[in-house]
Amino acid sequence: MKKLIIALAASAALMGGFSTGAQAQEKKKVCFIYVGSKTDGGWTQAHELGRQQLDKALGTKVETPFLENVPEGPDAERAIERMARSGCSLVFTTSFGFMDATVKVAAKFPDVKFEHATGFKAAPNLATYNSRFYEGRYIQGQIAAKMSKKGVAGYIASFPIPEVVMGINAFELGAKSINPNFKLKVVWANTWFDPGKEADAAKALIDQGVDILTQHTDTTAPMQVASERGILAFGQASDMIAAGPKTQLTAIVDTWGAYYIKRTKALLDGTWKSEQIWDGLKDGILTMAPYTNMPDDVKAMAEETEAKIKSGELHPFTGPINKQDGSAWLKAGEKSDDGTLLGMNFYVEGVDDKLPK
Amino acid sequence: MFEAILLTVITASTPLVLAALGELVTERSGVLNLGVEGMMIMGAACAFVAAQLTGSPYIGLLAGILGGGVFSLLFGLLTLTLVANQVATGLALTILGLGLSGQIGEAFVGQPGIKLQPIVFPLLSDIPFFGRVLFAQDLTFYLSVVLVIGINWFLFRSRTGLKLRAIGDNHASAHALGINVIRTRYLAVMFGGACAGLAGAQLSLVYTPQWVENMSAGRGWIALALVVFASWRPWRVLAGGYLFGAVGIGQLHAQILAQNLGIVIPSQFLSALPYAATIVVLIIISHNRRTTLINTPASLGKPFVPDR
Repeated sequence: MKKLIIALAASAALMGGFSTGAQAQEKKKVCFIYVGSKTDGGWTQAHELGRQQLDKALGTKVETPFLENVPEGPDAERAIERMARSGCSLVFTTSFGFMDATVKVAAKFPDVKFEHATGFKAAPNLATYNSRFYEGRYIQGQIAAKMSKKGVAGYIASFPIPEVVMGINAFELGAKSINPNFKLKVVWANTWFDPGKEADAAKALIDQGVDILTQHTDTTAPMQVASERGILAFGQASDMIAAGPKTQLTAIVDTWGAYYIKRTKALLDGTWKSEQIWDGLKDGILTMAPYTNMPDDVKAMAEETEAKIKSGELHPFTGPINKQDGSAWLKAGEKSDDGTLLGMNFYVEGVDDKLPK
Repeated sequence: MFEAILLTVITASTPLVLAALGELVTERSGVLNLGVEGMMIMGAACAFVAAQLTGSPYIGLLAGILGGGVFSLLFGLLTLTLVANQVATGLALTILGLGLSGQIGEAFVGQPGIKLQPIVFPLLSDIPFFGRVLFAQDLTFYLSVVLVIGINWFLFRSRTGLKLRAIGDNHASAHALGINVIRTRYLAVMFGGACAGLAGAQLSLVYTPQWVENMSAGRGWIALALVVFASWRPWRVLAGGYLFGAVGIGQLHAQILAQNLGIVIPSQFLSALPYAATIVVLIIISHNRRTTLINTPASLGKPFVPDR
């Protein structure tokens, strides 16, 4: 019996070896590491859609294997290393928490190219790419201020990292540009992915009197709760309209496909180099889901803001802006530099929460 | 608002209580099944798929129970008939369950689910305050209460329950007395699987009516801790489950209240509260060694091979 198993395993390995060997000559591997399930309806699904677009566009020249449900932490390093060893030429690691693991593996495999999403550590063979989500959140804030009857919105946050803090601030700034007294309640779920807990956070916020919800977690559970309770909400990462056809106002939709295709082409023609890319609405790496469940004038306002951001006329972080404690941050007309945004560790005035340290 | 909070706590606690009750019976028979998370997620997937296909959440509920129960048979086969290591098999069951449920539910991701509607008792639900909380719930909540009472009666008041506990405490003696150890354990394992499956069905039909991979998000492990926390007593499972649920929901509200009052409570601290509470209670209950020994099934996790 044992011999039979070994023989089977050996022949399987041999066949596997042959097939990859044959393909390796013509096809390069562009690999993906996902933090969640590829069908989570949010963050990871958006990356998966990007991968599928890449496959469609360049499927004759590249293979695009992926690993899903890779936890952040020590396992991530093992998973990334496994990908690097399996002959990948380019590895996209698609979660902030993979940053240090990616840096370590990139140092071990100088011939493999890496790209880490939303991080800030780079190397000659490690690029970073990110999307200016805050542009979308600013538009959401403006819509919230128009649509909320109580003048207070609820924000389901994941972890107190700059990316999330930036989003909270952009939302509040957008809201205050319409209603200077607009308040924002923040609940930290301390998770990216737990439908039950996200739903609990949504219920808590609604029970405490908010009438608009937005989220920086990965599942559609908060949208579903908002829909059940008859309030309005914003989707995150993917268009979540299916979970709340009468609830979703709009959603920030991550559209990574064009970027993945661009970078893979650069890999194929040998022009790939390590860059820190931070694209936004104008580059199409971020799109807004259709503006729904709102009156025409609000929709027109949102579209106008979107156009202004795209043209560069409007930068959400333009002074005068005070920090939460009332001290001045940006003078009138002054724009924040990217460095401050990417390391953002303070709230702007009007956010009710105290930032966890 | 207090009523609203209580309703949220019930929804959050019910799956913990259900899964822990099943595991309690399994462990009382001397079998340690660490696959609760796997059986729970299988229940969630089967329940959601069945409800979507038939349009009936009750058929979904049934499918969840069956899914968990049948899946646990695999554990029974490996550990009871083939005498494999229970800890390793349980862990394998969890990993297998997470993967398999992803396959089962793949075509159903993103579909809006059908929610199991509350059953409202006409007069009782009109009682101020407690009426709405206790008598206008969905079936899974009522089942959890009935199960606590039923299991408590079964274990400590019935003859079969006594036999089951005897097997859990000393399977060799029970075997010598002519009790069928393996058959009883099979039934106990399947009961545990069915309860975990029911808990999973609650997740995908009541708590968050949708299917996403890994949606149980560690609740099976909390249920396992709850059994030890409750020192293998059904009523304490109920109390502990609600304590866990209440602390989890309470910390979310505490965050918002703290913001209203302008005070700072680190959310990480609040998130850690349920686990800190577990440690405190474990210290308290393990303080008295004798009562701990009386409640712990002495044969827990030990393999049994009938001697011819």
